[in-house]
Amino acid sequence: MRNKQLFYVVILSWLLASHAGYAATTLVAVASNFTKPMQEIATAFEKTTGHSANLSFGASGKFVAQLENGAPFEVFLSADDKNPKKLEQDGFAVPGTQFTYALGKLVLWSATPGLVDDQGAILGKGGFKHLALADPKLAPYGVAAVELLQNQGLYDKLQPLMVQGENIAQTQQFISTGNAELGFLALSQVIDNGKIASGSGWIVPTGKHKPILQDAILLKTGAENPAATAFLKFLKSPEAIVIIRKYGYDLADK
Amino acid sequence: MLTAADITTLWLTLRVAAISTVLMLLLGTPIAWWLAHTQSRWKGICNALVALPLVLPPSVLGFYLLILMGPRGPIGQLTTELGLGTLPFTFSGLVVASVLYSIPFVVQPLQTAFAAIGNHPLEAAATLRASPLDSFFSVVMPLARPGFLTATILGFAHTIGEFGVVLMVGGNIPGKTRVVSVQIYNHVEALEYEQAHLLAGGLLVFSFSVLLLMYTILKTSPVAHPFK
Repeated sequence: MRNKQLFYVVILSWLLASHAGYAATTLVAVASNFTKPMQEIATAFEKTTGHSANLSFGASGKFVAQLENGAPFEVFLSADDKNPKKLEQDGFAVPGTQFTYALGKLVLWSATPGLVDDQGAILGKGGFKHLALADPKLAPYGVAAVELLQNQGLYDKLQPLMVQGENIAQTQQFISTGNAELGFLALSQVIDNGKIASGSGWIVPTGKHKPILQDAILLKTGAENPAATAFLKFLKSPEAIVIIRKYGYDLADK
Repeated sequence: MLTAADITTLWLTLRVAAISTVLMLLLGTPIAWWLAHTQSRWKGICNALVALPLVLPPSVLGFYLLILMGPRGPIGQLTTELGLGTLPFTFSGLVVASVLYSIPFVVQPLQTAFAAIGNHPLEAAATLRASPLDSFFSVVMPLARPGFLTATILGFAHTIGEFGVVLMVGGNIPGKTRVVSVQIYNHVEALEYEQAHLLAGGLLVFSFSVLLLMYTILKTSPVAHPFK
């Protein structure tokens, strides 16, 4: 009898002890292009800190609209630097917490092997019916694609062939189902082990368009949550940076 | 004020809805007639198939259409063989998607109307030596007029309100596939709330007026029982 009581006490204290670090959960809104690295970072974050992160993926602009109308996200990883700035100005984010977590890389990609050459010359040559890109009004990768085409003097010629995804993930759907022969994506969507995993692609050299600054910010809803602040700290850690680079992103010079 | 781009999307939406409604009536009338009269054991399955878009998420329909109508899908290969190219990102593709998505709104009221008429008026017409086609046009059509009105209005209005399927197979091309619901979504995402309000408010007033017209002037019953 005594032994049994002791047993329960031990079990109970062990259960309590495992919660001693006050493991908390934070709700993170993430731009679609960062889906793959984010999933890996979240797993590492949970392993390292004991906290956990619940992830929602979508278009950055949509998240801003939702956040300004009471969405419960605590951390926001945008695909650009303007959306976080706007949230701070409008009083929804904690001032001074914005930083660039990654520099985006644009890729011209096709599901068909050999279609896209490594100089992107196919853009000038043509021979395709649809060129997919993310809506430049909503998505930074769409803006970068338009800048590239304008710099090469191809925009007016290719404009009639353009089909637009609502975000970069939907753009990938159009291309991977073959409905658009090729299109502009984030490198992270098609990269595996440092190279383009399937189909064919041209990694657009930086400098052909304005840099894609991807910024994160702490939202006011998360200011008191230790998991939210820990998450942003973890995003800057060497462990996270290795994952970010692995998916083809650059990092801003400090 | 409405921008030129907004007006383009409105005009395009009206065209998609008008063409789809005509096609749905042409296609839906024989289907509804058959469903209202058949004793076939396939009736249950066919009723279920027709009603499927009512309960399926548009993302399911959009996903399958994107794959089936794409260059590697069976429909895509067929349309390519026929020299039509693939349907996603085209106006015709939108019409096909809209017809599939909204057809229960046309078939069900018609089916109810045909079932309510029953066989007696037709038998009477037959004894007067009217051909089946003649009796359909001169007996059934006038009697089923409220059913046709409801089917037309609901089919048209529902196509105007379509969003998910169009978003998935349309490709958001101004003047070709960017309909008003997608335009509203884009305005909201781009934080252009003023533009969004104009279009969204307009659609709200339109939809309410259509239903009001149906329930007050045409006195349609809001509850239909098509599968009795």
